Amino acid sequence: MSTIDEIFNQSLHVINIGTSKFKEDLDLQGIDTVQVDWQPPAGGNVQLIEALDFFQDNDKVEQANQEAIKRIKEAHPFLIDVDQAVNVIPGMHSKKILHSGPPISWENMAGPMQGAIIGALIFEGLANNETEARALIDAGEIEFDPCHEHSAVGPMAGIVSPSMPVHVIENRTHGNKAYCSVNEGFGKVLRFGAFSDEVIDRLKWLRDVFAPALKKALALTEGIDLKSITAQSLHMGDECHNRNKASTSLFYREIGDYFLQTDIDKQSLREVLRFIQNNEQYFLNLSMPACKSALDAGHGVPYSTVITAMSRNGVEFGVRVSGLGEKEWFTAPANFIKGLFFPGYSEEDATRDLGDSAITETMGIGGFAMGGSPAIVQFVGGEVEDAIRYSEQMFDITVSENSNYSLPTLNFSGSAFGIDLRKVIETGILPVINTGMAHKVAGIGQIGAGIVHPPKACFEKGLMRFYEVYGGDGINE
Amino acid sequence: MASKVIIENNAYHDSVTLMSLSSKINNYDGVEQAVVSMATKMNKDLLEDIGLLTDEAEAATENDLIIALIANTDERVEEVMEVIHEELTSKKTKKGKGKEVTAKSVHSALNAMPDANMAIISVPGEYAAREARQALKKGVHVMLFSDNVSIEDEKALKEMGRENDLFVMGPDCGTAIINNGGLCFANKVSEGGIGLVAASGTGLQEVTVQIDRLGYGITQAIGTGGRDLHESIGGMMMLQGLKALENDDKTKVITLISKPPAPSVQDKIVKEVSQCKKPVVVCFLDGDAQAVEAAGATFSATLIDAARKSVALLDPEVKIDTEMNERVTAWVEAEKGKFSDSQQDIRGLFCGGTLTSEALSIIRSTGESVKSNVAKKAEEKVADITESVGHTLLDMGDDEFTKGKPHPMIEPTLRNERIIQEAKDPRTAVLLLDFELGYGSNDDPAGVTLDALKEAKDQAEQAGRHLSIVSYICGTSKDKQDYKQQQKKLQSAGVYVADSNEMATRIATMLVQKEVN
Repeated sequence: MSTIDEIFNQSLHVINIGTSKFKEDLDLQGIDTVQVDWQPPAGGNVQLIEALDFFQDNDKVEQANQEAIKRIKEAHPFLIDVDQAVNVIPGMHSKKILHSGPPISWENMAGPMQGAIIGALIFEGLANNETEARALIDAGEIEFDPCHEHSAVGPMAGIVSPSMPVHVIENRTHGNKAYCSVNEGFGKVLRFGAFSDEVIDRLKWLRDVFAPALKKALALTEGIDLKSITAQSLHMGDECHNRNKASTSLFYREIGDYFLQTDIDKQSLREVLRFIQNNEQYFLNLSMPACKSALDAGHGVPYSTVITAMSRNGVEFGVRVSGLGEKEWFTAPANFIKGLFFPGYSEEDATRDLGDSAITETMGIGGFAMGGSPAIVQFVGGEVEDAIRYSEQMFDITVSENSNYSLPTLNFSGSAFGIDLRKVIETGILPVINTGMAHKVAGIGQIGAGIVHPPKACFEKGLMRFYEVYGGDGINE
Repeated sequence: MASKVIIENNAYHDSVTLMSLSSKINNYDGVEQAVVSMATKMNKDLLEDIGLLTDEAEAATENDLIIALIANTDERVEEVMEVIHEELTSKKTKKGKGKEVTAKSVHSALNAMPDANMAIISVPGEYAAREARQALKKGVHVMLFSDNVSIEDEKALKEMGRENDLFVMGPDCGTAIINNGGLCFANKVSEGGIGLVAASGTGLQEVTVQIDRLGYGITQAIGTGGRDLHESIGGMMMLQGLKALENDDKTKVITLISKPPAPSVQDKIVKEVSQCKKPVVVCFLDGDAQAVEAAGATFSATLIDAARKSVALLDPEVKIDTEMNERVTAWVEAEKGKFSDSQQDIRGLFCGGTLTSEALSIIRSTGESVKSNVAKKAEEKVADITESVGHTLLDMGDDEFTKGKPHPMIEPTLRNERIIQEAKDPRTAVLLLDFELGYGSNDDPAGVTLDALKEAKDQAEQAGRHLSIVSYICGTSKDKQDYKQQQKKLQSAGVYVADSNEMATRIATMLVQKEVN
């Protein structure tokens, strides 16, 4: 703030909005200047600008957003149990299958998602082979729902079937729970749509051997503090989406002794421990529900423009907004990922962006924390500098920074979090997601990794709906 | 001939960048026509004119970039396309690698610079008010360079500024000097005791430059934008500026500059001036001297006179020499002898709008009739801006010339073409030109005009005529372009360089009048 009387006694600090030519001459004079790399707001869309202006600097929205990010930040997720989905996930039943992303019907699903569902039906014993599985689905016997609408999240195809074991996460601050399957490891896995015997056998082992053992170990704990592991692993170079090396190790260290305290036979114990040890991505399936439990706590704050979920089903990208309905998704065709391909694969092989894992970015880690994870940036085809710039840029579209999740390379500032619908529209900057790429054909698996953004239209639709609900007279009451 | 048109969707670039790129590319070997622009209605018409409006270009929207090129061969088209792409993207890479902070919005800029106190806005007019509003809401003063801001928006913004005790300079405001910092187009002048508020850009430049040349200096130079003294705005910013300078301890003398205000606004300003505790100089070109003097202020009819009177109020001891020296009269006599009978007219090709107005006022006062595109009186209005008739003064920075083209202060191609055109007219005796130095202007305004000046002289000579060129360089010895060098370049082409716009105009008038005064 600088009034007219004050400005004559202050040195000039100039924001230059528009042509950079003026900045050059301000630089020449040694005047401190920030250049605004200006683009027409909301792509010049008049209706959006009107909506945007309506909510800009609006006290109710500001307060609601502060409340939403307070809840998200204060959430404290613990891993408390593992159990079969049908036993713990609300609304789950023996003929229901959950998938990643916004709602989608069977015939519209991407290859890997269909493959994974076929695998799940075989695993459940509802079908003996692909033909039977398809027949069952065609007969309308199976009900599909998004994981997100059942307090759950799933990586890639994100398939959760009734008897599949899921991690049970409790947000002890707000009392809500979140669920996620157990990460199967790499190679031929269900989440990429593979359903060979090897895949089904692993799922059965997870259900029959691994999960009961973990359940016993967890019963001895007071819950494993996932917030703490995430914070520590961010300092150890993970961003907890594509890199979970440190977090998995920390989890392994935490849980190891409890396993030894159980009555499980030595052979099984070794298998169980080795399974975690050999799977660097184990923690992803804890990171995701931890984020989910925090963001669900931040959902449902009236007037809040904070994004509480970003998710994709391999066809469409969907976002949810805190101040709007729990099942209200704003969707648009998902983008293709830009990045590095494993040898032998190219862009033509890739499916569209897929999976619930963008929940980590919604929380301000993953792509948002890439600047703190130098090891990951090459994998996704960038340089460390790019990664730091991405992390810094995310402050332009978020409400705040999460001091719980600080990044050493950003001078320990917290990661940007609380994606603000308004700021995305205003700046045209889209959230950055770093993610794996799936082959479009079911079962082939991961073919690379890279960077992807949500389609802008998701946010545009969200804002227009927000205007419909809170615009007009409503907001000034 | 080969051509190619490319559309890039949602690739916004600012128009100044694109225009300078277009003009650069147009000078490349083998390039017949190059258009790099946003797909606005106007630019699409332009494309149609050169026969490159493809269906895809037709369908493009204002957020899409059009690159259209005609060159002598297909290879050349490809090569130049490559260059254009490099130019458009290289800046981004540089930004990324350097330590430069760039932001995407006012809000993110404030994150990067929480103590920001001034926003300079040069985005397209339809969006400018919105950016200004955001800056004002955050307590940041605004300099609104953009034109095409609606008068309703201007009023609302200025009211907002007044309520929050913030400056709203502009819209269409090209010049300000705040705390010795030149904003947009401004000269480097000494610090001193004179504070200025002006509804004119080059007018403000000229007065500050002349104050500097007299060995004095300024505190603040506040630009209000050209419409501030219109009825509907009511001089809101000029009044606010006047008050600010009255409250500023360092300011000893206050100088107001404008083209004639609306009568009711003049009354309002004169009333405030009469209550001002500090001496005030009012320079309203073609204004009402009596009203100003009745308010106890000093009236000036020309810009240099405003500078002189301001300095005299600051320092009563000052000696100012306004006599025209013998060298000038001798030069004028010699030149006059070389004209053919047909050569009667002054053709003024200006970059500065207020300098054009001042020249108009001066030439009229000598009894000559004169036409201009900045004239207010109907009988002085230029009928067709593409053709000069009689004494004609053109502000080539006016919108009707600059639509889709860079302002001649930045890039003088437009004026150079017109210089040749005027030289070919057997009626033209004198070319009257201005050159603006300082921040924002071309790095070598004289240099980039030199070829055109030489060609103009040659053309006239081949037709058996002699062309006189009189110019004024609005600049100080401290300006980045090096005043001395600029002067030398013009003199080398036989151009007379006067010490003020007023003097240049008087010399031009003397050249075409029958008697030397």
